[in-house]
Amino acid sequence: MAKRAAPEVNAGSMADIAFLLLIFFLVTTTIPKNSGINRKLPPMEESDEDVIIKQKNIFTILINGKDQLLVEDELMELKNLRKAATEFLDNGGDGSCNYCQGGKDPASSDNPDKAIISLKNDRETSYAVYIAVQNEIVAAYNVLRNRRALQVGSQKGFPGMDFIKMQENYKDVRWTGNKEKLKEVIDQIKLEIPQKFSEVIE
Amino acid sequence: MSKFKKKKDGGLAPINTASLPDIVFMLLFFFMVATEMRLDTLMIKNTLPNADQIEKLEKKNPVSFIFIGKPSSGYEKYGTEARIQLNDKFAEVKDIASFINEERALLREELIPFLTVALKVDKEANMGIVGDVKQELRKVNALKINYMVAPGDVSNNLK
Repeated sequence: MAKRAAPEVNAGSMADIAFLLLIFFLVTTTIPKNSGINRKLPPMEESDEDVIIKQKNIFTILINGKDQLLVEDELMELKNLRKAATEFLDNGGDGSCNYCQGGKDPASSDNPDKAIISLKNDRETSYAVYIAVQNEIVAAYNVLRNRRALQVGSQKGFPGMDFIKMQENYKDVRWTGNKEKLKEVIDQIKLEIPQKFSEVIE
Repeated sequence: MSKFKKKKDGGLAPINTASLPDIVFMLLFFFMVATEMRLDTLMIKNTLPNADQIEKLEKKNPVSFIFIGKPSSGYEKYGTEARIQLNDKFAEVKDIASFINEERALLREELIPFLTVALKVDKEANMGIVGDVKQELRKVNALKINYMVAPGDVSNNLK
């Protein structure tokens, strides 16, 4: 018998098979986009003690069923909320906050540690507007934290890094820097400008 | 005339498709790596609102999803008001507690305090149902929540 070469495998349908698999994966999978606004709910336990908070230290936001905003007893547009909240937090009325740059208005908040933002919504409020308001409040805190991070960071050896960048770097495995020191800076800023945010739940 | 004929004789060389499988496989591997399996079949409309101050949901911690929205087309018999969807079925507010307990039972004990409840709520839903869900979550002490949003400008929410 003459030596016969091994027959060539016909690979013409390989592309079809690959396409089939590709289309299967395209249909059954989703690209994960898990991002959102983290919040912590208050625990259920009732405390009998009434905490006394000065009215000037509370920044009240009401959203009614028609998605209108009442901020500190005045009607406000959503786009002005961030600025108003920032001014309230940054006020530094009692002078104990040396990093505040606000107007030191005695009728507004004492310092960022005492300042509380309170949010109340109606059952008829739309979720989109609620999220927009939450977003603006977080943004107001981030504005102040970023500013403070630039000040503290340049002293502690992290120049040109704002708070968001610091947190990103802290989570990033590829970041080559002193993470312990960065954590200290982040914690310090979080302590200096705490997110004191309360929601009224009926 | 002969000139034209000559061209025709040559004809088009057949395109070599030998590398086509390689290209398709490359695409296939990209999608296999970059995507993940669809876990829940949504029976509700679920367009997330926009926000820009967002944090990534951390993968290392366990996450449970609660979907809220109007029943989508084909499920009109469930009404036109926003409903809760847990896993693959519609649920009532009172089912939230047992859902969270089920989710916790699947976790290792040390991870239970880190369970985050991700709320995927349609932008057209009202806060009433969201408030009820939040209240129910407080009752079972699932306090870490995350409002899932799509990255974007908040002014889109007002339309």
